[in-house]
Amino acid sequence: MRNFVLRYLIPRLGQWVMVIFLGVTLTFIIPRLSPNDPVERQVSQIMMSGANINPEAVAHLREALTEMYGLKGSSFQQYLAYWGRLLRADLGPSLSTFPTPVTQLIARAMPWTLGVLLTAVLISWILGNLFGGLASYYPKNPFIRVIDVLSQAVRPIPYYVMSLVMLIMFAYVIRIFPFSGAYPPGTRVQFSLPFVLTVLKHSALPALSLVVVGMGGWFLGMKSLTSNIISEDYVVYAETAGLRENKILFQYVMRNALLPQITGLAMQLGTIFSGALIMEVVFGYPGMGMLTLQAVMANDYSLIMGIAIFSIIGVATSVLILDLIYPLFDPRVRYQ
Amino acid sequence: MLRVIRDLLKYDGRFRFAFVFLLAVLILAISSAISPYDPGRTFKVPADQPPSLQYPFGTNSRGQDMLWWMAFALRNSLFLGLMTAVVSRVIAIFVGLTAGYRGGFVDRALMSINDSFIVMPVLPVLILLSFLLRGRMSLVMLALILGLFGWPWDARLIRAQALSLKERAFTRTAVYSGTGSLKITLNEHLPFVLPVVFATTVANMLWSIGMEVTLSVLGLSNVELPTIGTAIFWANQHQALVAGIWWWLAAPVVVAIVLFLGLYLLFSSVNEYIDPRTRLRLMGG
Repeated sequence: MRNFVLRYLIPRLGQWVMVIFLGVTLTFIIPRLSPNDPVERQVSQIMMSGANINPEAVAHLREALTEMYGLKGSSFQQYLAYWGRLLRADLGPSLSTFPTPVTQLIARAMPWTLGVLLTAVLISWILGNLFGGLASYYPKNPFIRVIDVLSQAVRPIPYYVMSLVMLIMFAYVIRIFPFSGAYPPGTRVQFSLPFVLTVLKHSALPALSLVVVGMGGWFLGMKSLTSNIISEDYVVYAETAGLRENKILFQYVMRNALLPQITGLAMQLGTIFSGALIMEVVFGYPGMGMLTLQAVMANDYSLIMGIAIFSIIGVATSVLILDLIYPLFDPRVRYQ
Repeated sequence: MLRVIRDLLKYDGRFRFAFVFLLAVLILAISSAISPYDPGRTFKVPADQPPSLQYPFGTNSRGQDMLWWMAFALRNSLFLGLMTAVVSRVIAIFVGLTAGYRGGFVDRALMSINDSFIVMPVLPVLILLSFLLRGRMSLVMLALILGLFGWPWDARLIRAQALSLKERAFTRTAVYSGTGSLKITLNEHLPFVLPVVFATTVANMLWSIGMEVTLSVLGLSNVELPTIGTAIFWANQHQALVAGIWWWLAAPVVVAIVLFLGLYLLFSSVNEYIDPRTRLRLMGG
C-alpha cells in the first residue's frame, strides 16, 4: 500500500497540480502578452454603444474594469491575486449578461455537455474496443472488415466536418432528426417524460457524430494492440489447451490490451472535450461549446477566460479520476 | 525516395488512395496560381449558382466562385500545416532527443511538462489566444501558435526512440572517443529518428489544419482569407442549409474529407513502412 502511494498516487497527484498550474499560468500570461488591452477594448466598446458618457464616468469605468480584471499592482501581485480569486471559485461577472457570474453561466451549460459527452465516450470506447478485439481474432469476418474500412475512413475526419456531414445527411437530405438545439425553442426545461424524449431525439445526432469518430480511433487502437497479443505464447498455449474461444478472446487477448486503451482514453480526454465543444456549435446544442460561441460573438472576455480555465481544470481532474480508477483494472499496480 | 514511392504504390492499397487524393489536392492548390480573379473579392460571379460545368463547385451568396475559393483554401491550409509541422517538429526533436539522451532529472522535468501539454485541452486556450488577437491574426502567426502547442505527442515518441538509441554500442563508442552530447544527438541519433519525424509531420499537419478549421468556424481567424474553415464560417453566417444552398457547405466538406483522408492514409501507410516487420509482410517477403 505504501508503495502504491509513493510510486503511483503521489506522482499522479503531482502531475495533476502541474497541469493546472501550467494551464492557469498560461491563461494569466496570454492576455498580458496580447497587444490588445482588454480594459481599453471594453471601454471603447461601451463608448461606441452609448453616445454621451462624460470623461469622469469613463475614468471611473476604467478603474472598475482594471480592478475587475485584476490588473492592479505588479505582475507578481496580480498573479497571486489571480490564484486567490480562482481558489475562491470566483471567475468574475460575465460582461455580456452583466452581472450574472461566469460560474453560473458555466454551471447552466455544463450538464448538457457532460450528458452527451459521457454517453458518447462510453459507447464509442466500449464498442470500439469490442470490435477491435474481434477484428484481430476473426480477421476474415465480413462484418468486421466493413467496420475496419469505415474506421480508417472516419478516423482522420475532424469532429467539425463529421458533425456537418451528419447534419447534411440526417437533417437535410433524410429529414429524420431536427436541425439544431436540444429541445424545440420555447419549451420549458422540466423533468417530464415527453421533455426527456425530445431531448433524447435532439441529442441523438450530436452524440452519434462523436461516437462515429471516436469509435474509429478506439477500434484501430485495439486492433493494433491485440494483433500483437494473439501471437504471444500464452495465447497459443491457451488455444492448444482447448479453452473456449470467447474465454481466450476476452480474458487472454483483450484483457491485456485494455490497460493501454484506458491510458489512451485519459490522454485523449482533452481532445475529445475540444471535439465536443465544436460539435455543439454545429448542432446549436446548448452546452459549453455554444456558450463559447456566444462569448466570442458578444466579445465577452471574462466569460472566455472563465471557460478556458474551467475547461483546463475540469479535463485535468477527469483525467486524474480516470487514472485513480486505473489500479482497479491493473493487478500489477493493485498488488504492489 | 522515388524507389520508396514506387514500392509503396505497388504493394500498399492505402498508399495508392493517398497518392490519388493528395495529387488531386495538390493540383487544385497549385492551380490557385492561375485563378482568373481574386477569390476574396465579392460579387465577381452570379450568386447562388448550383454546381455546373461553368462553376464546378457552384457559387455562393456572396458572389464568389467556390472552385477558386477552395483552390486558395487548400493552398493556405497546406501552407499552414507545413509551417506548423516545421515549428513543432523542431521543438519535438529538441525535447525528445534531450529527454531521452540525458535521462534522470532532465527527462522527468521535460516529460512532466510534456504530459501536461498532452492532457490540457488545447482548444479553449487557443480560443482565448485568438480571441485576444482577433483581427491581427495572420496565417503565419496562427501557424507559429499552433506549432507551440503541437509538439508533445511526438516528443514522447522521439524520446522513446532516443532511450533505446542511447543504449546501443555506437553511442558508447562515441562517448568514449570524446564526442560531445550535442554532436551525438544531432549526428548520431537524429538520422534514426527522421522516419518517425516524417510520419508525425503528416499527423501534425492533420491536427493543425483541423484546428484552423475549428478556430475559423468560430470566426476567430481572419475570415476574409480563404481557408476550408472560413468557407464553412461564411456558409454558416448566411445559413446556407436553411436557404438550400447545400453546395456552399458541401464544397469545403468534400475538399476537407479528401485532404484529411489523403494525409491520414499517407501517414498510416508510411508508419507501417518504417517498421521493417510489417514492410516485409506487405511485400510478401
